[in-house]
Amino acid sequence: MAPFPLNVFELFGEFGGYLVFLAIGFFFGYALEIGGFGKSDKLAAQFYFKDLTVLKVMFTGIIVAMLGVFLTSALGLLDYNLVWVNPTYLWPGIIGGLIMGVGFIVGGFCPGTSLVAMATGKIDGIFFVLGVLFGIFTFGETVEYFWDFFYSSYMGRFTLMDWLGIPTGYVVLIVVLMALFMFWGGEQLEKIFGGKDLNKEPKLRYAWAGGLIVIALAALLIGQPTIAEKWDSLAAEKEPLLEDSRAYQIHPGELLSVIHNDDIKLFMIDLRTESDYNLFHIEDAEHYTLEQLEADAATLRLEPSNAVFVVMSNNEELSTEAWKMLTAENLHNVYILEGGINYWLDVFASESSHNAKLVIRPGEEMTHTFNAALGAKHPAASPDPHLIEELEFEAKVKLELKKGPSGGGCG
Amino acid sequence: MTTAEKVQKRKPRDEKPFAHPYLAGTMLGLVLFASFFITGTGLGASGGLNRILVFFQDLVAPDHVNNTPYLLSLAGGDLNPLKSWIVYLTVGVVLGGFVSGWINGRIKAETNKGPQITVQQRWLFAFIGGAFMGYGARLARGCTSGQALSGGAVLSVGSWAFMFAVFAGAYALAYFVRKLWN
Repeated sequence: MAPFPLNVFELFGEFGGYLVFLAIGFFFGYALEIGGFGKSDKLAAQFYFKDLTVLKVMFTGIIVAMLGVFLTSALGLLDYNLVWVNPTYLWPGIIGGLIMGVGFIVGGFCPGTSLVAMATGKIDGIFFVLGVLFGIFTFGETVEYFWDFFYSSYMGRFTLMDWLGIPTGYVVLIVVLMALFMFWGGEQLEKIFGGKDLNKEPKLRYAWAGGLIVIALAALLIGQPTIAEKWDSLAAEKEPLLEDSRAYQIHPGELLSVIHNDDIKLFMIDLRTESDYNLFHIEDAEHYTLEQLEADAATLRLEPSNAVFVVMSNNEELSTEAWKMLTAENLHNVYILEGGINYWLDVFASESSHNAKLVIRPGEEMTHTFNAALGAKHPAASPDPHLIEELEFEAKVKLELKKGPSGGGCG
Repeated sequence: MTTAEKVQKRKPRDEKPFAHPYLAGTMLGLVLFASFFITGTGLGASGGLNRILVFFQDLVAPDHVNNTPYLLSLAGGDLNPLKSWIVYLTVGVVLGGFVSGWINGRIKAETNKGPQITVQQRWLFAFIGGAFMGYGARLARGCTSGQALSGGAVLSVGSWAFMFAVFAGAYALAYFVRKLWN
């Protein structure tokens, strides 16, 4: 499998990398122009049902790109986890969208099409671009007054699959069928409102529609790689590091030092049962089940590259399982608490035991007993940071730079 | 567009009709897919304009940029807002639009408008509409390209909600501004 995504800046240098983006932009502008997106009256006709070019070009673009992404993902050529999916900020997106709808019908363009209009000499396009710049300027000056709203209703990387709870292949097929139905409806509207003769439309478009359905069915039948399959493709490289050199199991002392390292954004993920968690947990550790963690993995991946994730269970069974899952889901800087909470308590629960020997126990039983559900109130939940110097351990945490893109086309 | 006019005089071309929408859309989709496949990220336009604008703001009023949190993240201190792939992509869009227009004989200094308004009115409304677009695009964290097209193709819920909001906003107002276009 070829590396995905290509780091164009590493491959071609800074100049070459920018050239790649320049080329992509070039073909984007070219495609918009041949579609007629440089003419405001043609774009606005969309909203009077006379010419539904906007709907057709846009949704065709969406479904063709979607089929490409999910077919190559099914074939293992592209990793959907590493594709930038715009994070959902629901209400700012909806309100912003409504404002843009107003701008669209009043001004006749959207930002991308106005650039094409400007490039082909349309004077209204130039005025529109100036308006966009003015709007952006005004936003930059006023966003501080509604900062909370701008960051509200954040749902992370939230896909239609997560929302509907059905497998990717079916969502892709449904989106294709929905788009084709809209094209059919759009053509009927053009006939009624725009007086268009549908008999003059190329018959080839039926074959084209059939082809899109066939590709969607192929992606559905092949299926998207499961977490187990993704782990299998990584196992040859990761398993020796995990099991033989124990490169990812960090000593309680190292976890304590990471807790007190302000340069690191630490996530402690406690996978034990809720009752064990209530009896005792490390301060700031969050309770998760494996299922919850799997559902949240995509959002955790959006954390900055100084984020470190430490998974923990009573021993190492559950935490190792979680580690494999998060690694297969392309999270970086994931570590396992060595020996689990049991070993943490061996080391920190009493004054005399700080250099307790590591015992890796099978199963997931808690070996220490508590008389009350102390949670994080137990002294061992937040040990004295001075102990870091007394403890002997090998430091293993290394911050690994993120592979995927860190932002979409909106930054 | 004086250069464009010169080009026209030197080499007059017949204005060719636009490509069929499904063909243009397929090409657009392939470009978008190529962008995802090569770089892992989609397309955009307003982000590039934003950064170009902030670059000039930083030249004129660097202190102001450094004191405004939103601008700070783009151009604070030594940050150069132009050092971003999205800026180059945006420049590419302008070049691609120009070359396509040139090849197909569609470069012409003109103002497209409805028959009931004057050219000057059209310019005014284009500016006002653009201002709404620019403001909304930043609030929604992306425009039709960066959110609707790119986020839609990779099935982001927020992008689909956004897309329907854009169409809803435009359709809701279309009747009241019909004089602009009909």
